[in-house]
Amino acid sequence: MSHGPSAPAHAAPAHHDHAPYAPVFTPGSARSNELADLITRYPDQRAALLPALWMVQEDRGWISDDAMREVGDQLGCTAAYVKGVVTFYTMYHQHPVGQHFIQVCTTSPCLCAGADDVVKAFLEHTGCKELGLTSPDGKYTVIEVECLGACGFATPVQINDEYVESVSPARVPEILANLK
Amino acid sequence: MGYPHKSHPRETPVLSKHFGDPAARTLDGWKARGGYKALQQALAMEPTAIVDAVKASGLRGRGGAGFPTGLKWSFMKIGDGKPHYLCCNADESEPGTFKDREIMRWTPHALIEGCAIGAYAIGAETAYIYVRGEFIEPIKRLEDALAEARAAGIIGDNAMGSGKKIDVWVHRGAGAYICGEETALMNSLEGKRGNPRIKPPFPAVNGLFGQPTTINNVETLAAIPHILNNGAEWYKAMCLSSPKSNGSKLYSVCGNVSRPGNYEVVMGFSFKEFLYDLCGGPLPGRKFKALIPGGSSVPVITSEEADTVKMDYEGFMEVGTMLGSGGVIIFDDAQSMPRQLARLARFYAHESCAQCTQCREGTAWMTKILERIVAGQGTYEDLDTIFDLAENMTGKTICVLSDSCAAPVTSGINKFRGEFEALIKGKRSSTVAVGV
Repeated sequence: MSHGPSAPAHAAPAHHDHAPYAPVFTPGSARSNELADLITRYPDQRAALLPALWMVQEDRGWISDDAMREVGDQLGCTAAYVKGVVTFYTMYHQHPVGQHFIQVCTTSPCLCAGADDVVKAFLEHTGCKELGLTSPDGKYTVIEVECLGACGFATPVQINDEYVESVSPARVPEILANLK
Repeated sequence: MGYPHKSHPRETPVLSKHFGDPAARTLDGWKARGGYKALQQALAMEPTAIVDAVKASGLRGRGGAGFPTGLKWSFMKIGDGKPHYLCCNADESEPGTFKDREIMRWTPHALIEGCAIGAYAIGAETAYIYVRGEFIEPIKRLEDALAEARAAGIIGDNAMGSGKKIDVWVHRGAGAYICGEETALMNSLEGKRGNPRIKPPFPAVNGLFGQPTTINNVETLAAIPHILNNGAEWYKAMCLSSPKSNGSKLYSVCGNVSRPGNYEVVMGFSFKEFLYDLCGGPLPGRKFKALIPGGSSVPVITSEEADTVKMDYEGFMEVGTMLGSGGVIIFDDAQSMPRQLARLARFYAHESCAQCTQCREGTAWMTKILERIVAGQGTYEDLDTIFDLAENMTGKTICVLSDSCAAPVTSGINKFRGEFEALIKGKRSSTVAVGV
């Protein structure tokens, strides 16, 4: 079940005059062609749902209700169905997150290695007050994540698409300084 | 080679032989190391002959259950007029397990070759490798290798000029431990929530897209080319103990140990020598206390029990635990078992798909009660409640996630009850070990 980051507490109140949604899969676009190509790998186009959601998240950083509706239209399912799927998986963001999304593994093998202190160090050095909240400058979001499958390299931290392995609290400032 | 350490002289590197060697990742590099000879050979064989060879090798599933691979393949009825599918389970998410990741990172062609052979052997034209969403580097390695293999005509409409169609695709998950359960994996691949399905029907009858399907772990499939290249007898002979366990096995070792990492030894290797010689023993000044030898879902054993084990499917069962995925988690005498088990229970509570009441409620309550004990607020009655919960969580649900939560917790309390009682008696919180 999804326990992803929550909406940033400092986020501006929702404005009602938001710009119209710009689709990801515009006919003739590279994304649209990519999706059409992907669908041919499966006997049922709905199997392309997880990959399509990944494309949205890569392009937009998160998956909005409008995007869920668009993906549903592309693959012949309802927005509600897509939302049901999005909310099942932990990696799809249902809210915008910081520019650097930092996931610290704290499951048992990493806990033995002191992962709790790594979490504290990231919270302290990023200015994120709490797990799941984005730092005031919008740069960082820190969450605890369940087993990253790199237990021999405790503590592994996933920052956007990259694994950083064998992280100790002392290395945290340098790791943050090296983020582009 | 070896990764992250150089292979130990007592290891038997078959799958891990090229770990740490970037040259093995490319098609040319893989061919120079004997790659795709087994596929070529397989495509000239009858599918049933491949299944027979795998049966004769004694290979058993490396994902955790240890089901004989050749027997599983034989359930697929060739020529039934239906499309068949092969799924490779690369959703490696079992705490303590990180072997498949290294196979995919260093030898992606080994897995592709295993998938292509497996697909042909079960009468499938399509294989999907379902990789957990976090494994972005392994996915990139696989995608690069697949592009090379496709461009070279090794896979595709006319695989290696055989006239047979074999497609292999990577499918990326999105963060859900439960999708490593085979029926949840199929649902997820179909674009659904990853809820496990009731069995029967079994995947061989009604699997992916409602068609006959076989699901094998990464390590299982990566072993297939070696079996065809060297012969079933060669594989079967890699055994120091029970004749029912054969071949080499990758173990991921983590926790409080001097040299964490992946190690490959033959079935029946002494666990004591493995832990103290290959893995370097405990950290300086510490002693091993408890181990979970097969990924977090199997019962906890004490270090004394571990000393007697022969590392194979039967050997681990003799001390009441399981070989499982081969993910060895080690806790030393500085660790609080109540705290570690509470954290483990939290993992299962987080990962429960919430379909079955026993699991949804059981994992959540087990976590709350254990965290209460760790916080110094527990009662003796809490321990009884945990065992009561565990009974309702075992053998009563669609899949074994709730069983997997109950097993380490109850075995941990049985073996380290003193630590729990000390917390209850003293009513003080613990982050480190307390007197047993």
